[in-house]
Amino acid sequence: MIATKRQKNTRPAWMEKPKPVTIAAKGFALAIVIALVTVPFLVVISTSLASNAEVVENGGWVLWPTEPTLNAYRSIFDGGIVTRAIWVSIGVTSVGTLASMTATVMLAYALSRPRVFGGKPLLLLILFTFLFPPGMIPAYLLVKEMGMLDNFAALIVPILINVFNLVVLRGFFQGIPEELFEAAKIDGVSDWAILRIIVMPLSKAALAVIGLFYAVSYWNAWFHASIYMEAENWPLQQILRTYVVRGAEITEYGLGEQIAAPQTYQMAVLIVATVPILIVYPFLQKYFTKGVLTGAIKS
Amino acid sequence: MSVISDRSSPTAVDDAQNRPTVTDKSDIHPTTLVDRQKRDRRKRFRRDRVLLFLMAPGVVYFLVFHYGALFGNVIAFKEYIPFVGFWDSPWVGFDNFTRMFADAGFWSAVINTLLIATLQLVFFFPVPLALALLLHSLTSTMLRRTIQSVVYLPHFLSWVIVVALFQQVLGATGLLNGMLDGAGLSTVHIIGNPDMFKPLVVLQVIWKDAGWGTIIFLAALMNVNEQLYEAAAIDGASPWRRFWHITLPAIRPIIILLVIMRLGEILSIGFEQILLQRQSVGPEAAEVIDTFVYFQGLINGDFGYGAAAGLFKGIIGGVLVYAANKVAHRFGEQGVYK
Repeated sequence: MIATKRQKNTRPAWMEKPKPVTIAAKGFALAIVIALVTVPFLVVISTSLASNAEVVENGGWVLWPTEPTLNAYRSIFDGGIVTRAIWVSIGVTSVGTLASMTATVMLAYALSRPRVFGGKPLLLLILFTFLFPPGMIPAYLLVKEMGMLDNFAALIVPILINVFNLVVLRGFFQGIPEELFEAAKIDGVSDWAILRIIVMPLSKAALAVIGLFYAVSYWNAWFHASIYMEAENWPLQQILRTYVVRGAEITEYGLGEQIAAPQTYQMAVLIVATVPILIVYPFLQKYFTKGVLTGAIKS
Repeated sequence: MSVISDRSSPTAVDDAQNRPTVTDKSDIHPTTLVDRQKRDRRKRFRRDRVLLFLMAPGVVYFLVFHYGALFGNVIAFKEYIPFVGFWDSPWVGFDNFTRMFADAGFWSAVINTLLIATLQLVFFFPVPLALALLLHSLTSTMLRRTIQSVVYLPHFLSWVIVVALFQQVLGATGLLNGMLDGAGLSTVHIIGNPDMFKPLVVLQVIWKDAGWGTIIFLAALMNVNEQLYEAAAIDGASPWRRFWHITLPAIRPIIILLVIMRLGEILSIGFEQILLQRQSVGPEAAEVIDTFVYFQGLINGDFGYGAAAGLFKGIIGGVLVYAANKVAHRFGEQGVYK
């Protein structure tokens, strides 16, 4: 069943030597793919670093700024609405990730223990929500009836546990050898201590991936903020949506002074919204290659 | 919590363990057996009290924000009046639904949803497969990893960022038109053009998720036994023949599974993606069921009507996903859930 491991970086002996045409075609295709992904970022970074005059002169974009300047970034961090939005995003992301991880780990652990009281019906109850999500209007009315409108809790509590993350984590916990649990039980270790001293240390990689997944989804969220929150409490992505995608003036919501050169400024906001993802991405990538997720996805 | 579990039937494991007792001591009065089961349940409850405590926040969350909200769908049978609230709004029976079925805007949203989903199935679906085959054919592991890193990245960006990037590249004053203009060619009108909206949406999905979609194909390709290729090559099979007789059969189940699952989710297409861009092209081109719910319910404040459309989509969508899973099982595959 186990395939013979292909030697690193070498063509197996039986495989034909590829024709130069094939190599060229492959290289060309891959270059196009890479360019399609990277060029948009390059344009945005360049534009955000260019001077206002250069952007206006070039008609809205710059591929290589002649005189790079950080003016756009300076005005972002100057304490206006965007600075506030950055803090809102950071706050919601950290509190949300912590809350989600706590609730998810606790539930996943309890559900991963064999023959736990009420475990099976509860799991069915949870999987059923996968088939029939509650819907946008009832979810909104619920948040409204609970008095959570314009409360940061509305951005976290209604999406506290992601069923996919829960199921992946539960599967991972189930993979921990049962003997460890039995030995701990014999030594009189409580279920709570087992979670802390056995399960969590053994699941670092899985916990890291799920944690990063939550963090990325909180950082990227904007829709709930747009329906639940007042404009002064918007996170960065909703600001980006309003001023960049919809092209509204930054004064439109009475939130700050008119920005002189929107284009460089907008692109700088776009970069600031992207950078955290780029920072955590290598860590995510590291765990994918470890196969933590591919295994989980397959099952 | 205990209430839920007590009401539910004993689990399969319980059955298996209790059954010998039933056959062995069939002379015992049935109430004794019930008592015994009760006692067993009470014992397990006491044994698992720490675990039950750990479950509590999650259980409350699912009951309130999933089942509570699911119950909130009764608003579809009411006319929501904001100042009397959810409970005291008057019942209107199926009025919201009859109104919806007579609404041309609703049907246009249904058609747009199905059209975009079909376009995605036809044009998005093959891209990750082709990309996976291309990546898999690379002999250098380092090169493959590097390219994988680059193509997975867009998956983790928010739709706001993706749409903004597309505006910057394909917009009226974007990179593409700037270059066309510079080369003396006529510019193209893509962003904000209702006729181009559906292809644009598919293009964005390809840009964002084609790389991510390769993961599952690559996993399947990695699982193919290398010796099969070697044996075939020694027997004189050309690369094309090897692809046709080894690679394709190996990944066929996963292709079938993914197509079936996608068909099951045909009513759900990127809500955020389309909501972000609906304003610039108008509802005729861009209204889908989810945005219909949003605009009727949340923006116009017609909550009952919006909820009716949402409930309609929810029920049909849920049944379709369930059916898709059943079909997938028929093909001997696992499906999304067991």
